[in-house]
Amino acid sequence: MLGKTAGGMFWMLRYMERSENTARMIDAGMRMSLTRSSAAESEWTSILTALGLLAEYQQRYDGVDSARVVNFLLRDKSNSGSVISSVESARTNARMVRTALTREVWEAVNECWMDLKELLARQVGQQDLPDILQIVRQRSAYVRGALAGTMVRNDIYNFARLGTFFERADNTARVLDVKYYILLPSVMHVGSATDNVQWETILRSTSATRAYQTLHENEYNPRDIARFLILDHRLPRSLAFCYRKISDNLDYLARDYGERMPCHQRVQEICDRLENTTIDEIFDGGLHEFIMEFLSDSHMLGKQIETDYRFIE
Amino acid sequence: MTKPRPIFDEMTGFSGQPRKPYEKYSEWFSKEEVAHLRRKSARAESLFRLTGITFNVYGVEEATERLIPFDLVPRIITAREWQTLSRGIEQRVRAINAFLHDIYHRQEIIRAGRVPVEMIANNDAFLPEMIGVSPPGNIYTHIVGTDLVRTGENEFYVLEDNARTPSGVSYMLENRETMLHMFPELFSQNRVRGVSHYPRALRRSLSACRPAMTQGNTVVAVLTPGIHNSAYYEHAFLADQMGAELVEGHDLRVVDGRVAMRTTRGYQPIDVIYRRVDDEYLDPLTFNPDSMLGVPGIMDVYRAGGITIANAPGTGIADDKAIYSYMPEIVEFYTGERPILNNVPTWRCSDPEALSYVLDHLDELVVKEVHGSGGYGMLVGPAASKKELSEFRAKLEAKPSNYIAQPTLSLSTVPILASKGLSPRHVDLRPFALASPNGVEIIPGGLTRVALKKGSLVVNSSQGGGTKDTWVLEDE
Repeated sequence: MLGKTAGGMFWMLRYMERSENTARMIDAGMRMSLTRSSAAESEWTSILTALGLLAEYQQRYDGVDSARVVNFLLRDKSNSGSVISSVESARTNARMVRTALTREVWEAVNECWMDLKELLARQVGQQDLPDILQIVRQRSAYVRGALAGTMVRNDIYNFARLGTFFERADNTARVLDVKYYILLPSVMHVGSATDNVQWETILRSTSATRAYQTLHENEYNPRDIARFLILDHRLPRSLAFCYRKISDNLDYLARDYGERMPCHQRVQEICDRLENTTIDEIFDGGLHEFIMEFLSDSHMLGKQIETDYRFIE
Repeated sequence: MTKPRPIFDEMTGFSGQPRKPYEKYSEWFSKEEVAHLRRKSARAESLFRLTGITFNVYGVEEATERLIPFDLVPRIITAREWQTLSRGIEQRVRAINAFLHDIYHRQEIIRAGRVPVEMIANNDAFLPEMIGVSPPGNIYTHIVGTDLVRTGENEFYVLEDNARTPSGVSYMLENRETMLHMFPELFSQNRVRGVSHYPRALRRSLSACRPAMTQGNTVVAVLTPGIHNSAYYEHAFLADQMGAELVEGHDLRVVDGRVAMRTTRGYQPIDVIYRRVDDEYLDPLTFNPDSMLGVPGIMDVYRAGGITIANAPGTGIADDKAIYSYMPEIVEFYTGERPILNNVPTWRCSDPEALSYVLDHLDELVVKEVHGSGGYGMLVGPAASKKELSEFRAKLEAKPSNYIAQPTLSLSTVPILASKGLSPRHVDLRPFALASPNGVEIIPGGLTRVALKKGSLVVNSSQGGGTKDTWVLEDE
């Protein structure tokens, strides 16, 4: 397959995943601003920070309020990280790699773009927001479903999966990074209602609320939440889960091509760290430091994959 | 002014009664409700959108992806009519390939005085870089789209031989898919010849033209200018259907004397490249140095026999509108036969006598730019305003050799489904022919383009034309 096509598959799924994650963050932010309006501003600020869009937002707007942030994150085309821009980028990549896609996958992406383009053509009122966010998440799930249900399991598929898990791990890590301070042991003794809401927001923005409750008997507990999102292989948005998938897909490529590349060494190192570390060790070494290192390693891995498989010249 | 001639309608002839090939269709149509059909038509449109069968319009900022309107009334051609058309097209395709070989080698036709040397020497479409180059099988034009029009029961004319990079075949295929999907019953009532084998035939035909030096499986790639090109959908569609890679210039480079594409496993040589990039942009080292769309050095590889380029560079000299007027001579010269298909009588404005006739009869004629395409820069005399006529007159006088003129043909009509039922509109037909050392294969049917505006003669999609499914019947 063409290196460009590999890159296109990777990015198409990254952008689809990103649109879904952004929708989830908006949902979490909205929930927070509805239940505790006094905390809304700081909540939106941390969401913008997690998405890496705070500076861009501040350049364009004075002050942080729900309506403006939602508009910026959902339908502002000049914001390359908005839902509509992500979906448009996903579709541009899909057009580029059209010959590598089944008709079902292409149509799922194209329909997602057509529908959202129409739904997001005008300002979205508060009353319509939950429905629209749900549609964004569903559309992204359709694409994953069409991919799983119709694509041949070969290198093309592996690059698509790499994109999904790469973006997802990145997103979870960013959420953790912005919120790490409320997970620190020093605030544990507080245990107030405030913290409960904060912790719930973390779980909500990673779609892990229900999973957490199913798997943990006790009340919200920062150590458990951190462990869950970083190390638990059962949670499909945890760093450990995503990295196991990334590693699997890179292994398939190595077997298929009969050659191990520098990226295989890198992914092994990241996986080893996630497998062999306990949450206590992470806290001892510093949660923030751990996440920063993870994000940096992850970034380097992305660059290495791009080089190893010739996404660009 | 000449008095208007009657117009031949392909469904009802001159008489108003359904012609034989349309009998079953007319019967079926009489039992259908117009409102219901119009709903189906709207559904077909949303299907096209979902599939992404779009077409980018130049110069339009917003909504750059448009649909070519699809009309659901088929254009029906009898087996006998098709036999004549396909024999005529085959004859022309053979003649064009022989002409191209001759023009880039001994130029016998010029020595014989059948085509004047100025036609070649002063023509930008002639590529000196191609002199002495013999592509595999001496095939220069591998894919030809012959534009035909009809004016009567047995009167067909060739309007243009598109021998460079004819487009539109994806619409031929998708239109048929859509009709099969929407009206399966019509295909059990009428025996219609299939078209869906086109991508396989194309792949086979291209593979048969691969360079002699290549071994193993033939690697075919489609070269596209990219996703912003107006025909990108078609490029992706054909690559997909052929199982070929869709490449852009920046995916390619010359490695060890071959043109190779950058894959995830390194550079892999290509045997046959079906390029949808114009000659000018093909190789910045040979042609336009600013081109980002081509491959530096591809012409050297080509001349050394390391790759087949389809269609060959320099084929434009054969479908140039000035050369067109010599097609009857060209066909006779190389095949020794009389042309089966008619040429439209053409005045070459470079000839002073012809020019003065054209200037005197401007309001009756169609005047075209010699190198133009897509219906741009063309004057339809009878439909033009006084102002348009005088403006065009000035252009014509300033550079006569840039123009040819033809009588305004009364193009046949086929009905479209309008808001209140059937309504006739002018059509043309572009069948697609594939040439290889194994022969010429013509897909039964082609692309019928239809001028959706009442009375309009311009069918180009860039000028608001639509398309129809084209049926060639198995028998009478």
